[in-house]
Amino acid sequence: MNAPFSPILLRNRRPDGPVPFDEYRANGGYEALLATVGKRDPGEVQAMVLEANLRGRGGAGFPAGRKWQSVPKGHKGPKFVLPNTDEMEPGSFKDRILVGADPHMVIEGVLLCAYAVGAEHGIFFVRPSYEMDAELMERELEIARSAGFLGRNILGSGFDFDMVVHRSAGRYICGEASAQINAISGLRPNPRKGGPRMAVSGLWGRPTVVNNVETLACLPGIVQNGPQWFKNLARTPTGSGSKLYSVCGPVARPECYELPMGTPLREILFEHAGGMLPGRTFKACLPGGASTSFLPARHLDVPMDFDALKAIGQRLGTGCIIVFDEETCLVGATLNMIDFFARESCGWCTPCREGLPFIRNILYQIESGQGREEHIGMLRQMGHHMRHAYCALAPGAAAPLLGLLDFFEDEVREHIRHRSCPFGAVAPTPRGKPCAPGPVTFGPTPCREGLSCRI
Amino acid sequence: MQLEELKNKLQQEVSKAEFPREHAIDVLYALQNHYGYLCDEAMADASWILGMTLLELEELATFYDFLYRRPVGRHILHVCDGVVCWMYHQYSLLDHLCRKLGVGPGQTTEDGLFTVLPAGCVGNCHQAPAMLVNGRFYGGLTPEKIDTILDDLRVSHEELAVCR
Ligand code: SF4
Repeated sequence: MNAPFSPILLRNRRPDGPVPFDEYRANGGYEALLATVGKRDPGEVQAMVLEANLRGRGGAGFPAGRKWQSVPKGHKGPKFVLPNTDEMEPGSFKDRILVGADPHMVIEGVLLCAYAVGAEHGIFFVRPSYEMDAELMERELEIARSAGFLGRNILGSGFDFDMVVHRSAGRYICGEASAQINAISGLRPNPRKGGPRMAVSGLWGRPTVVNNVETLACLPGIVQNGPQWFKNLARTPTGSGSKLYSVCGPVARPECYELPMGTPLREILFEHAGGMLPGRTFKACLPGGASTSFLPARHLDVPMDFDALKAIGQRLGTGCIIVFDEETCLVGATLNMIDFFARESCGWCTPCREGLPFIRNILYQIESGQGREEHIGMLRQMGHHMRHAYCALAPGAAAPLLGLLDFFEDEVREHIRHRSCPFGAVAPTPRGKPCAPGPVTFGPTPCREGLSCRI
Repeated sequence: MQLEELKNKLQQEVSKAEFPREHAIDVLYALQNHYGYLCDEAMADASWILGMTLLELEELATFYDFLYRRPVGRHILHVCDGVVCWMYHQYSLLDHLCRKLGVGPGQTTEDGLFTVLPAGCVGNCHQAPAMLVNGRFYGGLTPEKIDTILDDLRVSHEELAVCR
């Protein structure tokens, strides 16, 4: 039996709105910053984060400290920190919960990151569906500024840093770090070559660090309590810290839970999320958002951390768990997700732009009873081709497809053999809608003339 | 605000900025709110304010979910069609909404009140099925709830959200 875990990131969460500045301060907020600016060397903060083994919570799991090390030292001119909260992947809502629960923990995290890499500017990029977060952040940033925690010469330490809110007009690809840089620059947000290069030449050609907000919110705790404390929070030897796991689908209590990194999937779903809804049986889940693979019931005991999932050929992704029950057609679900990714493709490279609609059309044929045996091989081949795309969107899109083929090939076959969906209705693609008003029917072809999701 | 006044105000803000292009989306939003959608006049104004070409702005106006290059209704319904809402029979809700309003997805009702747009995940998966109405979350939807929301909107005079 494990000792009860007290939340760190969501410790101040209340049912009636975000924690105000005063209450955050009263609970020890900004103490880490006070103990750091002008007192510790930035290199010391970097070393702490490296030692704490803080890995990116936005999906890629890249060690935050290593990313920061690529930022050139002694660089003349401004550097940027972009706290990335642009989540739009189906099933993901943890960052919205975090920002809405404790905005100052996020702000303090951004400040500590900025101090460690010597950045002067922060840009909080917010998608339009989260307009309330944009307003909240603007208000709380102003409060932090008046208290001397933002702006010039913070707390008399000589450290300058300020942050603005940037409103996006909303596209999934803007969550990709390099695409976000293009979006802020007023360019079409196609991804650029990202990775460590951005740390040298990112926004406006200046060194830029893009970190997920959950990652950044871990920093005050690490700085205040030390790397070992952070490591010890995890349930697995190679994991570290706590993790926001959001759960949705047919479970009793769909919610965002903060638990030790490496908490077994079964415990998250059946203890914290209250198990399946009455009368439903667990069939599969996507462990980390729509760009991870289906995970069948036999893997329910896997610890939810980066390495344990990797060991069984899976990815933790964002840790946002989507549950499917026995009544749900996984071909239909995959069709829905592929259609989402095809729609959200930025269109830059051929495998993604052409490949995803191709996959969608085959899936639609299978779902609507026109599937053929050779479609399975074609899907598998196309799924693997997505590796050749320019950014991670396309291989992410292929993950549930390949999971479907690996673990639920029988279900796909059944569609083909019976020439219909065994679950009854034909699952519609989201976009195949008629041009004229009237009865809504569904087809695989996106409408290019007048009717679409974008107008 | 009168158009000339708005344009001058935006132009002043942009000219003060270190990186004027950073304001591209803000300017497009402001003009969209003024004109109702990004008509050709709005695009020309944006080009003048930002010093960007019409082509560069077209790349943005036609790319994003919340920028509208065609006329839209007074209330915009972004109906989530992410896989979680789909599981909660979102499809039938979208179907219900479209039938009720007599439009297809992407269309505006004849009275100019409602535009229905299927949307990618709106970040409310734990309260699926969900939609945004003028940028505000509505979760746990049923056909009955949708009817009530539509009835309320027909008589509502609320100020529209910035990024409706
Ligand atoms: S993989 Fe898709 S989203 Fe990424 S660059 Fe290619 S077309 Fe764009």
